[in-house]
Amino acid sequence: MKKVKYSMLGLLGLSMIFIGCNDPGKSSNGALASSAAEKVYIAPGQRDSYYAFLSGGYSGNLTVYGLPSGRMFKEIPVFSQFPTSGYGYSEETKPMLNTSFGFVPWDDLHHPDISQTNGELDGRWIFVNGNNTPRIARVSLSTFETEEIIEIPNSAGNHSSSFITENTEYVVAGTRFSVPVPQRDMPINEYKGNFKGALSFISVAPDNGRLNLEFQILMPGFNYDLSRPGRAKSHGWFFFSTYNTEEANSLLEVMASQNDKDFIAAVNWMKIEEYVKNGGGTKMPANYAHNVYDEETHTGTSTMKKEVITVDPTDVPGAFYLLPTPKSPHGCDVDPSGQYIIGSGKLSADITVHSFDKMMAAIEGKKFDGEAYGIPILKFEEVMAGTVKSGGLGPLHTEFDDKGNAYTTFFISSEVVKWNVGTWEVLDRKPTYYSVGHLMIPGGNSRKPFSKYLVAMNKITKDRYLPTGPEMEHSAQIYDISGDKMELLYDFPTHGEPHYAAGCPAELLEPRSKKIYRLDENKHKYVTSSPDQARVERNGNEVHVYMSTIRSHFTPDNIEGIKVGDKVYFHITNHEQDFDVPHGFSIIGQNTSEILVMPGQTKTSVWEPKQVGVWPFYCTDFCSALHQEMQGYVRVSPANANVELSWSLGE
Amino acid sequence: MKITSKLIALLCAILLFSCGGKEEKKDGFSLERSKVEEAPAQTSVASDEVPASQRITLDEKGVGQIKEITLDPEINTAMAAEGEAIFKTNCTACHKLDKRFIGPSPKGILERRSPEWIMNMILDPQLMTEQDRCAKDLLVEFNGAAMANQNLTLEQTRAILEYFRTL
Repeated sequence: MKKVKYSMLGLLGLSMIFIGCNDPGKSSNGALASSAAEKVYIAPGQRDSYYAFLSGGYSGNLTVYGLPSGRMFKEIPVFSQFPTSGYGYSEETKPMLNTSFGFVPWDDLHHPDISQTNGELDGRWIFVNGNNTPRIARVSLSTFETEEIIEIPNSAGNHSSSFITENTEYVVAGTRFSVPVPQRDMPINEYKGNFKGALSFISVAPDNGRLNLEFQILMPGFNYDLSRPGRAKSHGWFFFSTYNTEEANSLLEVMASQNDKDFIAAVNWMKIEEYVKNGGGTKMPANYAHNVYDEETHTGTSTMKKEVITVDPTDVPGAFYLLPTPKSPHGCDVDPSGQYIIGSGKLSADITVHSFDKMMAAIEGKKFDGEAYGIPILKFEEVMAGTVKSGGLGPLHTEFDDKGNAYTTFFISSEVVKWNVGTWEVLDRKPTYYSVGHLMIPGGNSRKPFSKYLVAMNKITKDRYLPTGPEMEHSAQIYDISGDKMELLYDFPTHGEPHYAAGCPAELLEPRSKKIYRLDENKHKYVTSSPDQARVERNGNEVHVYMSTIRSHFTPDNIEGIKVGDKVYFHITNHEQDFDVPHGFSIIGQNTSEILVMPGQTKTSVWEPKQVGVWPFYCTDFCSALHQEMQGYVRVSPANANVELSWSLGE
Repeated sequence: MKITSKLIALLCAILLFSCGGKEEKKDGFSLERSKVEEAPAQTSVASDEVPASQRITLDEKGVGQIKEITLDPEINTAMAAEGEAIFKTNCTACHKLDKRFIGPSPKGILERRSPEWIMNMILDPQLMTEQDRCAKDLLVEFNGAAMANQNLTLEQTRAILEYFRTL
C-alpha cells in the first residue's frame, strides 16, 4: 500500500513538473497577471488615456468608460427616460422623446460613431441610432448631453446606422426590416417585390451639427444589416451588407439562409446628392419628429416634418451596384485606406474581402452577373480581393489598427482573430468570454486608428463575475494590441447590451468638456436670473414657481396658496457657477422623477398635488455640509379655499 | 419579571410626561439656555476674543492671485454699477445688504477687510477658507455654509469691489 502511495505521489509530482514545463503560459500566470494588472491600473487621482462610448442596447442609453481601467464615468440618456438627471421627465426634455407614434420613452440604442474630419476623429459629436422606433440622435461631446433626435420615416429596425461619412457630411441610417412604403394595409405574404428597404442620408450642419433628412433611397426589400462609409479613395461611396435577399416574410431563420450569397450594396452617395440637388427624386408625404435641444434655453422642442425626398435606384444609373458576398454577411467594414470592404458571412468560417479598385474596374468593364430589381450585380470573382481562412466560426465585425492589421470577432467560436490586410494571413487569435459581438479599437473605424487597446463586447457572461441571479450585465474584455500578439488584460461588466462602441484619445475631449453653464447666458423662458426674481405666479389652475438654488437653500422655500387640482411647475434655476455643484429637486407624491439641475441651468418639474396638507420638497444631490437643511414646504389647501398665494425665504 | 414590569412602568411614565409636555408647548419648545451658553462662549473666547465677522484685519491680503491693488480715491461709478448687477445675480442668494443672511452683509466690509482680501475671497473661497485664518473662522461663525465659487473673472470681481465701496 505504502509503495503504491509513494509511487502515486511521485507520478503526481512528475506530472506537475511536466505541466509546468509544457505550459509556460500557465506556469507564469502569476507574473503575467501582475503585468496585466499594471497595464490597466490607474492610480487614485490619475486619469485614463482613452474615452470609450459603449452603446447600452436595450437600456436606450450610452455609457462612457475610461480605458484601460474599464471604469464607468457616466450614463448619457438618449432614448430612455432617466430619473438620475430627470431626462425625459423634465418639461424641457420630454419633447426629445416625441415621435410620430407619440411619446416613446425607450429605444434600443445600437451603434455609436464619433464625428470625423478628413476621416479622422474630431470629437465634436457622437451619433447613435434607435433601432426599434427608427431614430438617430446626436450627442454633444462637450456637454455629454443629447442635443438632437430625428425620427426616420419609411424605416423599421434602424440597424445599418448611425455611421458617418468621412467629413461628417451625412449620418447614414439603413433599415433592417423592409416594409411597405408608404405604409399601408396589405397581406404580409405579398412582401416579395413589394416591400422596400429605405437607406436614409441625414446631413449634419458643419457649424452646429443640426440634422436634416436630405433623401431616402428605396432599395429592394432586403434586410440592410450594417454599413460603413468609403474613406480616402472610396470616399463618396457607402457600403451596406444585406441578408434575406430571398425576401422571406416568415421563418427567416431557415428561409433567409437559402441563398449561397447575399450582397454588399455599394451606393455612390455623391452621385445621388448631385441628382437630388438637380431636382431629382420624388417628394413624398411623410410624418416624422425632429427634436432639438437648445443649450442656451436649456429646452427641447419637437417639430413634425411632413415630407421626404425619395430616390428610386433605377433612376440613377451608375450609383448602385451589388457585390455578391457569401452567407448572410453581418459586419461590413472598410479598412483605413478605403481600399478593402470586409464582409463577414455570419454563417461562414471565412471572411470575404472585396477590393474597391477591382470593383471600379468591374464596373468599368461591365463585369455583371445579372441584376436585382434593376441594380447590376457584379461578378463575385471580379470584385473579391481575398478570403481570410480563419479557422474560426461565425465572423461578425472587424476593426483595424495603424499597422495594416485587421481584428475580427467570431461569435460562434468566441474569439478575436488578428489578420493581415493584404496577405489575408491569420497572425494571432485569442479567446473571448463569451460569444463576442462587436469589438472596438479607438479610431478603428477611421483613417487613423489608435492601436493600443481593443475592447471586445460579449453577449454571454456566465461565470465571469459573482452571480447576480438569472440576469447579469454583459461582459467586456480589454486586450493590449500594441505587440505582435494580443494580450488579454481585463474583464469589466457593461450596462445594458453594448452593440458596438466608439473610442478616442482622452486629450481630444478632456480640454473641451464643459464644466458649467453660464448663468448670464441662460435664455430659458422661466429663468430666475437673480434671487429677487424668485416668485410664484398663478394662471387659472396652472401655477409657475420661479425658484433659485444655491448652497444650501431654495428661494423661496415656503409657498402657500396652492390648491388641490393645481398643476404646479417648479422652474428651478441653479445659481451655482462652480464645477460639479448640481442641485436636485423632488417633492412628495410627484408623478415624475426628481430633476438634477446643473450650475447655471434651469429645469422644470411638474407636480399635481392631490391631497390637502403641508408637503415638503428637498434637494436630492448632497451639495454641501448643510445639504440636509436644503428643504422647503408647500401648503396645499382645498380646491375651494381662499388662502392667498404667497412665498418667502427666511421670514 | 420584576425588572420588566418596572421598565414598563418607567416607559409609561416617560410617555405620559412627553405627551403632557407636547401639549403645553404648542408654540414650539425652548431650552433653558442661559447656563448652557456660557461654556461654549468661554471656549471660543480662548481662541479669539472678537468674532471673525467683527474683526478688523485690514493688513491681511488673504491667499490667492491678488497680491496688491491700489484704489483710486474717486469711485468709478460705471464700474460700481456693473459690480452691482453682477452682485445681484451671483451673490444675493446668500448676501443681503440689510441683514446677516447665509453670509455677512457686504456693508462696511472695506472698513474691516483689505481690497485684496475681498477679491481673493470672491475669486477662490475654497482656497481662502483652507489657508486664511479669518476666512476659516468666518466659515465656522457662519454655520459651516461654505461660500460658493461663482467663477467670476478678475474684472467682474474688481467691479464688485468697486460696488462695495459705494455701500
